Amino acid sequence: MKKVIMGNHSVSHGVMASEVKVISAYPITPQTHIVELLSEMCGNGDIDAKFIKVESEHSAMAACVGASAAGSRAFTATSSQGLLLMHEMLHWAVGARLPIVLANVNRAVGPPWSIWTDQNDSLSQRDVGWLQIYCESNQETQDTIPQAFKIAEELQMPVMIVLDAFFLSHTYEIVDIITKEEVRKFLPEYKPEIKIDTKDPHSFGNLGGPDVYMELRYMIQEAMEKGIDVIKRVDKEFEEVFGRGYGLIQPYRCDDAETILVTSGTVSSTTRAVIDQMRDEGIKIGSLKIRVFRPFPFEEVFEVLSKAKKVAVIDRNISFGNGGIFYQEIKSALYGRTDIPIVGYIAGLGGRDITPSVIREIADKAIGDDKPERYINWIGVKK
Amino acid sequence: MFNYLEYVREENFPHIWCSGCGDGIVLKALIRAMEATGMSRDEAVMVSGIGCSSRTPGYVDINTLHTTHGRAIPFATGVKHANPGLKVIVVTGDGDATAIGGNHFIHAARRNIDLTVLLYNNYIYGMTGGQCSPTTPIGYKASTAQFGNIEPTFNISGLAIAAGASFVARADVYNAKQCEKMIGLALEKKGFSLVEILTPCPTAFGRRNKMASPVKLMEWLRDHVVSGAKWEKLSEEDREGKIRSGILIDVDKPEYTEEYKKLTEKLRAV
Repeated sequence: MKKVIMGNHSVSHGVMASEVKVISAYPITPQTHIVELLSEMCGNGDIDAKFIKVESEHSAMAACVGASAAGSRAFTATSSQGLLLMHEMLHWAVGARLPIVLANVNRAVGPPWSIWTDQNDSLSQRDVGWLQIYCESNQETQDTIPQAFKIAEELQMPVMIVLDAFFLSHTYEIVDIITKEEVRKFLPEYKPEIKIDTKDPHSFGNLGGPDVYMELRYMIQEAMEKGIDVIKRVDKEFEEVFGRGYGLIQPYRCDDAETILVTSGTVSSTTRAVIDQMRDEGIKIGSLKIRVFRPFPFEEVFEVLSKAKKVAVIDRNISFGNGGIFYQEIKSALYGRTDIPIVGYIAGLGGRDITPSVIREIADKAIGDDKPERYINWIGVKK
Repeated sequence: MFNYLEYVREENFPHIWCSGCGDGIVLKALIRAMEATGMSRDEAVMVSGIGCSSRTPGYVDINTLHTTHGRAIPFATGVKHANPGLKVIVVTGDGDATAIGGNHFIHAARRNIDLTVLLYNNYIYGMTGGQCSPTTPIGYKASTAQFGNIEPTFNISGLAIAAGASFVARADVYNAKQCEKMIGLALEKKGFSLVEILTPCPTAFGRRNKMASPVKLMEWLRDHVVSGAKWEKLSEEDREGKIRSGILIDVDKPEYTEEYKKLTEKLRAV
C-alpha cells in the first residue's frame, strides 16, 4: 500500500514490519517521531513489542544490549548528542556481537547548538564496529530496516542506518509500505545460537585476557569483511520479494564519465539532477553514491572510480586536522592502484543547504582545476 | 513598575516558550529575586542543560552557559570549583535533572556544593514534544505513554532532601510572589539549594490530559498547591492529593568548596 509519509515514520514502518520485540529509546530532536509512532504501534497492537522508556540514550542502548542478549530483536533510534552519549554502549554491542539495529538521524553536534543536519555524529562512531548504511529516500529508509536486521543477525553484528535531519527525517514522500506478512518471506524469525537462557546457562561479558582478546577482535573484522557479500546477497533477496534493491554503492551515468562526484545521503538526489543538466551541456560527468560506509566497499568503489580522470568528493562532515571523512575513505580505496586526482569539498555543515548551484560550483571547480593547490576545499564559507 | 529590561537580552526576544507556558513567570520572578538580593550580575553565572527551562539563560543578561542534556550540574560544579567567588545558578527541568542528569543532581546535593538550582517541573518533556518524564503522574498521558503512564514518579524535593541538600523549597507559578521569595532565599543560602517550581505546559502536557487551556492548568495549581502555613492546619485527610509549597528544609551544613579550601590550607601549612 502506498502512502505519503515522513522519513522518520518510514523508519517506524520498517521496524514494525520487521517484528521487532524490544524498543528502547529516549527523546531527541529530530528523531523523536520514530519512537513516538512505535510507541503508538506498541499500544494498539500493530507491533507485538515491549517499549522501554529510559532515562538517557546510554540506558537506551544498554537496554537494547540486554534485550538482544536475551534473544530478542531489539531497536532504538537517536541523533547527534544522543548517539555520542551511547558511545560506550555502541562498543559493547559490537564486542558482545549483538545484532541490534539503530536508526540515527544525522544532526550536527554542539556547541553551538544545532538541530540541523550533518554527518559528524555518525561518522565519529566510524571505528566502533557498527555497520553503517546511509539512506537517501523515505522508501530506501523503510526498506533498509528489514535488510539491516537480516544482515545483523547473519553476521552477529549491530547495524546503524543513517538519514539526514529534516531533508529526510521531516520530508514527506510516497512510500510503498511493507507489511509483516511480506517481510516474513524475506526475514526469518530471530533465533540466536547463544542467548541468556536459564535452561542453558552461559556467562556473558567476562574478562578476556591478552591470550584471547586479539582473536575476538580479529573475528569482528572478519565479520565486517564477510559483510560485503552478505549485504549484496541480502539486497538481492529483498529485491526478489519487493522488487526494489539498493546495492552497496549507486553509480549514476559513470560509464564514460571523466569526472565523478562522490556523495552520500540526500545530497545524492540533488547531485543526479545536476549531472543530468551537465550531461545536456555535453559534459562527461557522473556521480557515485556511497550507501554502505561500513564495511567500506573498496572493490566496488575502485571499479567505478578507476575509469574516471578526476574524482571530487562532497563531504557534509569534517575530521578536524585531516579533512572530509568520505574523502579519506575514497583515497584509501584508490591508494596505490591509480594516480587520478581526488579532491575533497566540505559543504553543508550544520544544515546549510547543498543546492544544485553549490554542487555545480563543486563540479566546475573539479573540472577546471587540473592541478588543485588544495585537496580539501571549503564551499561557501563566509569571509 | 519594575524594569525587567535591565536584566534581559532584548535581542533574543520574542522568547520561544509557547503561550500559556509558565516559564516566563519564573523568569520574571527570578529577575525580581536577583534584584532584591542585590547580587552583582558580573559575578553571577547561570548554567542550564536542555529543555524548555534551559532556554532561560538565553534571555538573562548575566554570564550564561547553555550545556548538554542533564549535565548542567557538572558544568556548574566546574565553574564553582574554579572560582568559588561566583554565584552559580543552575536552571533545569524534571527530565534534565532527574532523568538523564539524575545522578549529578543527587551527588551535588550530597556534597552540598554551593549551587542554586531552579528546577522547573512541568511533568513532561516539553521541548521534544511531550514524552513521559520521571514526574508525569500515574495515569496521565504522554506521547510515550499514550494509554496512561504506569511508572511511579519522583518527589523531586524529597529526593534532594534525602540526598543532603541544605535548602529545599517548592513553589509554583500561580503563586508568583511566593516563587520570587523562595528563589531569593535559595540565592542567599550557602550550600546546595533547590527550588522546585511547578509550571504548566499546556502544549505538551495539558492538551493530552484534558487541560489544554492554560487557565485550567493555572486553576489546577491554585486548587492543589498549599503553602506551608496553611498546610500545617490541614488534617491528614485534607492533605490527600495536595502539594505542599514553601520551605521544606533549611539547615546549615559544611559547604563543599569551603571544606576543600580548608583541607588544602591545612595540607599546605604542614
